[in-house]
Amino acid sequence: MVLAALMGLLAAAACSGSSNSKTPTPAQPTPRTGALTPDTATAVPLSGDITVFAAASLTDAFKEAGTAFRSANPGVAVTFSFAGSSALATQINQGAPADVFASADPAQMKIVADTGVTEAQRIFATNVPVVIVPATGSPVAAFADLAKPGVKLVLASAAVPIGNYARQIFTKASGTGGISADFSAKVLANLQSNETDVKAVLAKVQIGEGDAGVVYTTDAATATGKVKAIAIPDRYNVIAQYPIAVLKNSRHREVADAFEAFILSNAGQAILAKYGFGKPTG
Amino acid sequence: MLVFVVFFVAPFAGLVVHAVQNREVWKLLSAHQAREALWLSLWTSTLTVTLTVLFGTPVAYLLARAHFPGKSVLDAFVDLPIVLPPTVAGVALLTAFGRRGLLGQPIDDWTGFTFGFSTVAVVMAQLLVSSPFYVRAAKSGFEAVDQQMERVAYTLGASRTRTFFRIVLPQSWPAMVAGIVLAWSRSMGELGATLIFAGNLEGRTQTMPLAIIESFEGSSLGLEGAIAESLLLLGVALTVLVLFRLVVRTDTGQT
Repeated sequence: MVLAALMGLLAAAACSGSSNSKTPTPAQPTPRTGALTPDTATAVPLSGDITVFAAASLTDAFKEAGTAFRSANPGVAVTFSFAGSSALATQINQGAPADVFASADPAQMKIVADTGVTEAQRIFATNVPVVIVPATGSPVAAFADLAKPGVKLVLASAAVPIGNYARQIFTKASGTGGISADFSAKVLANLQSNETDVKAVLAKVQIGEGDAGVVYTTDAATATGKVKAIAIPDRYNVIAQYPIAVLKNSRHREVADAFEAFILSNAGQAILAKYGFGKPTG
Repeated sequence: MLVFVVFFVAPFAGLVVHAVQNREVWKLLSAHQAREALWLSLWTSTLTVTLTVLFGTPVAYLLARAHFPGKSVLDAFVDLPIVLPPTVAGVALLTAFGRRGLLGQPIDDWTGFTFGFSTVAVVMAQLLVSSPFYVRAAKSGFEAVDQQMERVAYTLGASRTRTFFRIVLPQSWPAMVAGIVLAWSRSMGELGATLIFAGNLEGRTQTMPLAIIESFEGSSLGLEGAIAESLLLLGVALTVLVLFRLVVRTDTGQT
């Protein structure tokens, strides 16, 4: 009976591994040359699990990238944690076990980098903030309408990248090109809620609770028909820069490096472009 | 058993130790956002519990005494929010009372009043998730009262109301107080439904748990602020617990 219990324990331990498709680790240390090639196919099979902390706006694009990365590397497993970049930064600084961090702005990446836990960061994508309104019945038809009294505006919290970008945009617009100097103050007086991430802002506008919100064009694209996008004039707009970095204490460095390389590769960039992200500038 | 005790004491000890070691936390205890959030939490929870007792007591009494078709259905509905995840409660409230919701849209068309982003929504979210705790406790209390005594009171000519206040209430009082404390605590801690249905705006809908989340996630007062706000909430919870013990002890002392 003791033997049966032992067998049971062994079986449970074997089944509790997070991936069923792991190939056994090779006897010699895996050379890191595979991670440096820009193409998805690597010379030596990678294996290991990684956790990628990524901004909420990257949800669809990164899920597809993860699937493509896994098909090219059958020995790996990728788990994603999508949330507001500021929440992720706090979690990483409190010791959350992330292998890769992809933020929606350099400020949140800096918060993590300043503690010395990241390798070099690279900008891997850009995005464009846009105003969204419910498909029907919104009092907001143009960017300047955001200052109209009684408009129910929904934004992300100030530290969440899209919340920060929105506030920057309102400040930039105030006092320029026919917009009054107190535009930003009037718009923020219409603020009804500070949401935890961009997807929550999208949801509140989509369901009709908010008259307007500021999200990325990539998010607006996921809800065509339910929300209308109102472009923000270029001279006020801020281009969102998305940095990615591998974390130094990653337990599967080769896989983390390979994932970062994949995102930066032609294949990864094509997936991001498909969802509306822009190419990194410079 | 020691592990169990340590597991329960450690989080609170952790909070206090961190606060003692970080001066910043003491300053943030009196920060404007912390005070606003605490005040909002306190008065909305108290209002919620008052409404719960007012409307929940008759419902609890009905469930304890009456027999009618559909009673078990009502019973299940009253218990439902207890097992429902708060975020589900929030989404459900939105679909019912949101601006384009089932009841929310007609109410908006009629009166121009919208629930979303209002303090009313905060109270509604708290009511939904916490009143079942009171109703359950009160119902148990009423069920434990000897119905013989009630019947004797009726035969002696006492009205239903008089019987309730003179016979039933004094005996079920401890259970009702326990229910009030549970409901109040649940309201003070409510996060998911409030965030989804009422939103998050300082002074209007940002209760203490929402303030803590916002600070923890990097906005407002930051991590130290989150710890300061957690300490405040912990202090309030301890005070309530101590008061509750005192009330119950004086009560059992009288019987």
